[in-house]
Amino acid sequence: MATQHPALKEFKYTLHRIFKNPTAILGFTLLLFFITVAVMAPYLAPPKYEHNPYKVPHTGFSSIPQPPSAEHPFGTTSGQYDIYYAAVWGTRTSFKIGLFVVSIALLIGVTLGCIAGYYGGLVDEVIMRCVDAFYAIPFLVLAMTIVVAFGRGLDVIMIAIASVAWRNYVRVMRASILTIRDLDYVNAAKLMGVSDFRIMMRHILPNSIFPVMIVASMEIGAYVLIAAFLAFLGLGAPRGYADWGQMIALARNYIVGPPDDPFLYWYTIAIPGGCIVLFVLAWNLIGDALRDAFDPKLRRE
Amino acid sequence: MFSLLMTFSPERRAMVYVTTPQQAKDIPSLIKRYGFDQPFYKQYGRWAKEVASGNFGYSLVASRPVSEAFWIYFPVSLELALYAAPCIIIFGIWMGTKAGRHRNSGFDHFSRVFSIIGWSLPTFLFALVLLMIFYGYTNWFPPGILSDESSLYIIEHPDKFIRYTGLYSIDGILNGNLSIALDSLKHLVLPVITLTVVVCAILMRVMRSGMIEEMSKDYVTTARAKGVDENTILIKHARRNALIPVITVAGTLVALLMEGSVAVEIIFNRQGIGWWLATSAIQLDMPVLMAICLFMGVVFVSVNLIVDILYAVIDPRIRLD
Repeated sequence: MATQHPALKEFKYTLHRIFKNPTAILGFTLLLFFITVAVMAPYLAPPKYEHNPYKVPHTGFSSIPQPPSAEHPFGTTSGQYDIYYAAVWGTRTSFKIGLFVVSIALLIGVTLGCIAGYYGGLVDEVIMRCVDAFYAIPFLVLAMTIVVAFGRGLDVIMIAIASVAWRNYVRVMRASILTIRDLDYVNAAKLMGVSDFRIMMRHILPNSIFPVMIVASMEIGAYVLIAAFLAFLGLGAPRGYADWGQMIALARNYIVGPPDDPFLYWYTIAIPGGCIVLFVLAWNLIGDALRDAFDPKLRRE
Repeated sequence: MFSLLMTFSPERRAMVYVTTPQQAKDIPSLIKRYGFDQPFYKQYGRWAKEVASGNFGYSLVASRPVSEAFWIYFPVSLELALYAAPCIIIFGIWMGTKAGRHRNSGFDHFSRVFSIIGWSLPTFLFALVLLMIFYGYTNWFPPGILSDESSLYIIEHPDKFIRYTGLYSIDGILNGNLSIALDSLKHLVLPVITLTVVVCAILMRVMRSGMIEEMSKDYVTTARAKGVDENTILIKHARRNALIPVITVAGTLVALLMEGSVAVEIIFNRQGIGWWLATSAIQLDMPVLMAICLFMGVVFVSVNLIVDILYAVIDPRIRLD
């Protein structure tokens, strides 16, 4: 019987730990569903405007929502925008927001965290004080200010959230580098004359990136939430863009129906709202499961 | 010293933004007049000087100076925070303790589901749904700050209703006018519920893991061996130690509370700081944005400072270091 490579064994054990957790399975199922919807969007909801598929088609301008019908499976919201189309293409928008923000924030955060943790001293001090300054203001408020400063739009929202989000990763990255910076194998590499850059890339980063990745997977949901709120306020993409936050903003005046039937327009808020909640839930469940699976305290072999 | 540094740089950043909307409107004379074409460190210096002398600029949204408008909006937010904070603390600690004590019980699973849903729920969506049910359907708890009758009464009888604190629920009692106090409390129910559910999740989580850790420690076993009854162990021994990590997240909780109150105040149409901030953001009211950033920064930093001091008070081990 061939012995397994220890890294492979470890990997299998981690997978086992992740997937014995029922919430993780739920999270991955939800995520898979959303990925499928996002990939299949052109087939599920054929775009009406070839050049700009994110533009939600609308038939008419009446502000009163229409109930689900054969033509509009989820009904239409205020302004006669098709909710089904917006829900399908909004999935792509949300993935775009989440992945863009997290990759930019990771790039900045990991780089700065690496430099701060590896070099220490004055460099560390300067970088960490800048991070502290960013921490002095609540996330949402700072992001909102930046959006306002650079104008409006979905791309601006993404940049604004990314430019606040990196602060988190610097701290996590630095803390995790500090634990391995002085280990023997790093010193050995230094003695051998390996350049700092190479030590960081080849020896330190692969061994310290996991905590950051777990935090990142837990935070994607939060970014989507903040983006949805900013879009809800009207700081996001122009009217008619497939975006869940904006769909809720359009539904806002119709949360209460006529007195005899208060829930008449439930679909205008329940569908985009449900999409956001499930999307964020998927990421949070995955992040939670990853954290449990990698937690050394809970991990007993 | 340290906290000074922390509050300073965000405003410096905020100052940069001043130029953008003005340039977009392309009014060169205006830019010249307010010195927006100057290098930004000069602008920042000027702004800092003005702020130091108490001049925060003029708010277009409130159509009065920022510092004056602040005192109109602040009590509304304060009132909300004043009622929400105890709810969050009591509920969070109670649920966390119970979940951590009976690990893997039904209640524990319920609390985990609750916390992860509280985390995934957008505040504004939750608030809208609450409004839909409790205002639209049952008509129990209307949005706003006061009902029309109460606000009309205050406007018509300025001599009978003196605003001591600006908090309607407390002013109502002080003036002996219970109906106004009750009315304002009625308007507070839904905002407080929203904030509690959203902010509670993280507190509960920390409390739960703290309890689990403490309950498995040796001193608990010792106490049990000595025959101390379970409730005393729980409340006097384990919970006290489990509270220490909770205090570390207090800063995060305050930040969450401030963020949450922005959404809550918009949905429930309560004209507080959060509402003011969002409205100013939409109408590009720069002085307000900067002033509120400064205010929230100051609150946040002071909370962290208090937490650090509290930390030493609660845990003598830290004081010795």
